[in-house]
Amino acid sequence: MFDGSTRRVVSLWFPRLASDRILRARPVSGPFAVTLRQSNSDRLHCLNHVAERMGLSRGMSLADARVFCPDLITRPAELSHDLRFLSTLRRWATRYCPWVGHEGEDGLVLDVTGATHLMGGEMAMLADMRMRLVRAGISVRIGLADTRGAAFALAHFGEGVAHAGQMLDGIGELPVAALRLPEATVVGLERLGLRKIRDLASSPRAPLTRRFGPEVLLRLDQALGHYPEQISPEAEPPHYGVRMTMPDPIGLTDDVMAATERLLRQLCDKLKAQEMGARVLALTLRRVDQGSQQVELRLASAMRDASRILPLFARGVAEVDAGFGIDQMRLEVVRVEPLPVQQIGQRNSERKEALDDLITRIGNRIGLENILRFLPADSHIPERGFITAPAAYSRPEPFPALTRPRPLRMFPPELIHAPAERTPPRHFRWRRMPLRTLHAIGPERIAPEWWMADEAWSTGIRDYWRIETSQGRRLWMFHTPQNPGWFVQGEFP
Amino acid sequence: MELSAFPLKRKRVHETYGAGSTGFAAVVCAGLHGPVIWITEGWKSERLYPVGFGAFADPARLLVAEAQGPDDVLAVAEEALRDGAAPMVVMEITRPLGLTAGRRLQLAAETGRTTGLCLISEDMGSNAAETRWHCTPKADPTPLMDSTLMRWELKKNKKGTLGAWDVRWQHTTGRLAVVSASRE
Repeated sequence: MFDGSTRRVVSLWFPRLASDRILRARPVSGPFAVTLRQSNSDRLHCLNHVAERMGLSRGMSLADARVFCPDLITRPAELSHDLRFLSTLRRWATRYCPWVGHEGEDGLVLDVTGATHLMGGEMAMLADMRMRLVRAGISVRIGLADTRGAAFALAHFGEGVAHAGQMLDGIGELPVAALRLPEATVVGLERLGLRKIRDLASSPRAPLTRRFGPEVLLRLDQALGHYPEQISPEAEPPHYGVRMTMPDPIGLTDDVMAATERLLRQLCDKLKAQEMGARVLALTLRRVDQGSQQVELRLASAMRDASRILPLFARGVAEVDAGFGIDQMRLEVVRVEPLPVQQIGQRNSERKEALDDLITRIGNRIGLENILRFLPADSHIPERGFITAPAAYSRPEPFPALTRPRPLRMFPPELIHAPAERTPPRHFRWRRMPLRTLHAIGPERIAPEWWMADEAWSTGIRDYWRIETSQGRRLWMFHTPQNPGWFVQGEFP
Repeated sequence: MELSAFPLKRKRVHETYGAGSTGFAAVVCAGLHGPVIWITEGWKSERLYPVGFGAFADPARLLVAEAQGPDDVLAVAEEALRDGAAPMVVMEITRPLGLTAGRRLQLAAETGRTTGLCLISEDMGSNAAETRWHCTPKADPTPLMDSTLMRWELKKNKKGTLGAWDVRWQHTTGRLAVVSASRE
């Protein structure tokens, strides 16, 4: 039993985390390695047993490895996936104790003080850990000691258990590298003949500190338990999901909306506490016959105001087929965005909120990406003088003042039959209308942007003219001198 | 000289057709403050050119909704008119409006206190429209770079007289001048 004085710490080291993760999904019998691109060359990042037995090692370049082992199978490393996998393992490890933290990129540290008897003692717990991890296809090395430093040393360099209160006996025979020291310090210590931790512990302290700085003895003291070292458990990321189970199935739209409102209020309180806002919400309605239907709501801006979000659900909920009734509802935020608390009381913000609500409502009918906003772009090419962006994901930007005549309507260039001259034609037909030129204002020469390949501008430079016809229509036409032809591209009001 | 039904009556839906209808819509947008929702169908190749729209009003005010079909255009328009967050809703109509649809739009505009404008083709109008304008560009004998001469004919007016006017939009000052009234 826990006597209140000593701590017990387990260190788990996964030496083949990256390759084990990939091999779990698709097992390979031969040599396998994960490669990581480092300073312009592919290097082995992690390898399996077979590859190690064939003489390959970490950090070896992939070209060398292929010479040693022609049938090596490799996959590129995905560090973010590895990190997520380690987080999954961390969650799994909370089955042994609540106090679990990360140890570097490929390890976990568990403070199992007072929790071992629940698993039937220390040895039984370690055996259980090893059995479960090996069964899951993850190679692991485990160290158990009184301190985090000693547990780390045992996991990485000896694998074993240091008995309570006898740290120096447990790790004394391990090399000094086990103390989590920088490589240069380890080399320096070995040069002095201090190869084992026991040697280091028995040598005078003052000269060591003068020579190598305070870190060596700090790490030693941490490992031996003379100096405390804490384990910080990772906080669970907040989960934005609430659910409700009804004693009797419901089917009326009003009832479903009332239940949704209750869920929404709970959810919004949570969002408010975390200063987050919902961007995409999903309401899942479970029916009595086990079927389930989902109502997805994509919002034009991050929100956490229940009274504003609720009416936006009305359309989706009205379309749900309740069947024999709904007895379970679940509301989840699929995408959250940070939404800091803002000062209220500005007149404009209220108006903007109303517009965002409108965009959300229209967006739920025709798709949020189909509501566009124009943003100015820096280009002389008329087609690229602006960009369109979804209104929900952009802020309005003012356009520069208009300096040259530009049409109000634009369409793909339409070829007209006209003599291939540089001056505009006097008579021409466009869209089956005979037109006569009254005034021609121009030319305004626009050259294609050579740094951008554009099929439409392959005919070279264009001379733009504003043509006023005696019939009234005002057209925006251009002539391509390098490839003679007249085109109509736009119309003025 | 005054136009008889211009600026357009608020809380109503109006119609315009002819080659100058887009210009008419742009002038109406220039006379109002706040965002403008412009509803069109996604398949159209002839597009509003925002840089050119800058001669009338700030293109940053425009929100373009690309609907999938004529039904969606009407549904979105009704939603936008009823909401009232944007004081002006312009819709490009490609199918003749029925009486029910036209009336629904009017009611929505009344609820939301907004102005609606349908860009229609000739003979596509609905009976419910408050006014209907036939707008055409007019040849200008002495062209000025910063002005646009247009002919606006009021073909239908529920509460007032009809008429026809030659108007000139001045880009630099941003105002509309009536050149002459002409009777047919």
